[in-house]
Amino acid sequence: MTKSSNKIDSKNVKVDVHYLTRVEGHGNIVVDVKEGKLTKCEFQVIESPRFFESMLVGRSIWEAQHLTSRICGICACGHSLASIKAAEDALGIKPSNEVVMLRKLLLYTEMLDSHVLHIYILVAPDLLGVKSILPLIKTHRPVIEMALRMKRMSDYAGEVLAGRHIHPISYVIGGLTQAPSREGLEKLYSLMLESRKDGEATVKIIKTLKFPQFTRPTQYMSLTSGDEYAMYDGDLMVNGEKSKVGDYRKLFMESVVDYSKAKISKINGKSYAVGSLSRFNNNFNKLHKKAKAAAAELGLKAPCYNPYLNTAAQLVEWVHCLEESITILEKILKGGLDEKKIVVSSWPKRSEAGKIKYKPNTGVGCVEVPRGSLFHEYTIDESAHITAANCVIPTNQNMGNLEDDMRKIVPELLGKKTQEEITLSLEMLARSYDPCISCATHLLDVKFV
Amino acid sequence: MKKQPKPKLAFFDFTDCEGCQLQFANLGNALLELTELVDIVSFREIMSEGTDDYDIAFIEGSITTDNDVLRIKKIREKAKVLVTLGACATIAGVNGIKNRSSLEAAKRIVYGDKAGIINSIKAMPVHEVVKVDYVINGCPVYIPEVISVVKCLLMGKPYVVPNYPVCVECKMNENVCRYEKDQECLGPVTRAGCNSWCVNNGNRCYGCRGLVDKPASDAAKDILQKYGLKAEDILNSFTLYNDSMGEKYDQEFK
Repeated sequence: MTKSSNKIDSKNVKVDVHYLTRVEGHGNIVVDVKEGKLTKCEFQVIESPRFFESMLVGRSIWEAQHLTSRICGICACGHSLASIKAAEDALGIKPSNEVVMLRKLLLYTEMLDSHVLHIYILVAPDLLGVKSILPLIKTHRPVIEMALRMKRMSDYAGEVLAGRHIHPISYVIGGLTQAPSREGLEKLYSLMLESRKDGEATVKIIKTLKFPQFTRPTQYMSLTSGDEYAMYDGDLMVNGEKSKVGDYRKLFMESVVDYSKAKISKINGKSYAVGSLSRFNNNFNKLHKKAKAAAAELGLKAPCYNPYLNTAAQLVEWVHCLEESITILEKILKGGLDEKKIVVSSWPKRSEAGKIKYKPNTGVGCVEVPRGSLFHEYTIDESAHITAANCVIPTNQNMGNLEDDMRKIVPELLGKKTQEEITLSLEMLARSYDPCISCATHLLDVKFV
Repeated sequence: MKKQPKPKLAFFDFTDCEGCQLQFANLGNALLELTELVDIVSFREIMSEGTDDYDIAFIEGSITTDNDVLRIKKIREKAKVLVTLGACATIAGVNGIKNRSSLEAAKRIVYGDKAGIINSIKAMPVHEVVKVDYVINGCPVYIPEVISVVKCLLMGKPYVVPNYPVCVECKMNENVCRYEKDQECLGPVTRAGCNSWCVNNGNRCYGCRGLVDKPASDAAKDILQKYGLKAEDILNSFTLYNDSMGEKYDQEFK
């Protein structure tokens, strides 16, 4: 960056953030203001193409979970569950209530894991004016140790429930290949009880940090379901209207844009947001009372139109997911798990391979993952091989919304902030969406500077 | 003892899910211990600053674009030690699936009529482009093995990757053989080192660590014999994880 960038120029600003850091995957921010006019405002996804949808074609439906969990290391459990639900929808399989309960538990604990990673490791350095968590190891050691303890708790949850959190092993179509051990669940329960105080301490810390002031109301989409704060299932909700998950293609359109490898989606021709803030705005009343109390302490009220506060909404959800997980664990530890209702084989029998005829069908699965609503859709033939696949990723859905935020905020900052300050504001804005560009598998080539 | 400067460690990611880097974040307190032994100077996923001055480079992900080729060559020039982290960097991992069908068809399926704007080449493991000093297999990497490799490289010793099948570890863990349960499993031909992670959790082996050096002779022959199988029968199912050893193996049999 040149020296002149420290001067405030209200007419000409050029932002070129190459390889945005502290996000999952590779993205650039490019903004150009000439003579006071915003001529370019793009969030460019430059990760290499991954081709997951074409990789799935021709493969057995029984491999889909294993393969699609590899789309993302952070929300591998969310991808697994969306994949399993789509496969079950296509195959006409209905899992037991016990299995659904264990899936919700896995989804909640992944939410705990991802949110704590985003809050402490990716966002907190901005709010404390440092470049990464590493200097904080020296200056804020007890806080970092607490963050790692919170991370370790949710990571342990993945180990106990699914064998591991990154690319879960035991969660498959129809159930689990192995029931979690009682010993492991007991340890997880006690770790979660201890985590309550870390959650309370985190609320106290985040409360003192100053988030940028900026508002832009938009369309907020999330699942919604009865009395529950929807994560695992429900209908899609946007602008107060519900629609069925299976009709997602009617609700929003995805299109390829020239400057980015991610597809961009719109509802009613306009951008929309998914993720913690959308869920919070749509389903606030259904949060656990402790989560509502955390929101009150953080000064977060629904509806909230400040995208920077997505991080605060994540913390509210962290409290909610911890309490819901504790409730589920208490139920399991009291009543035990009936293995007959849970344990299944990951594949049909070897001796029956190729002999079973399936009904050609299409299935859709949607779950809320840390960054928003995730969709998988598979079409299968008579041998249960996939003939068509579609994965709709939260980060892709948020990209149009992020760019519209950038278009509003840049003119607001012009003349008041230096180019460096504007750049940081835009980086923080992009980071607040917690973009996961590895997930946004649809990309193109941008030259390296 | 004279205090030596700490080696500088940098992480680089190519085409992948970033899960193997995250396994480092999941080291927990061991990560804090690691920061006492090395200086982490570049780790884009968690750090805003970066530098070109490093001794050890951890590479995650496969090489899938022309730019990736240029970038990995530059990293190799600067790094004294280069380590591949996980299946994508070591054997091309699931990215290798796209090598099995026409790239043009793959682009059309994902990007429709905009397919022309996509730059992508064959998915390659890092060793196909530059020399690699240490490899860590697995999808994802297995933390105890990561710690063993890091210890070896800090002491300047070679790390010996097992060349025996997963079945060896699986038997020590007293798992019921998947073939006994009328299931298929890639354990008999897959390189060990993961402590039969997936089978311990009731699933089967999918071959993420790649094949043993010579599947024809190094496979778990006792298992194959017991269930009347041939190594090449199992290898027909070895299609999720790319492995150049597999290509060699194909040649051996065809």
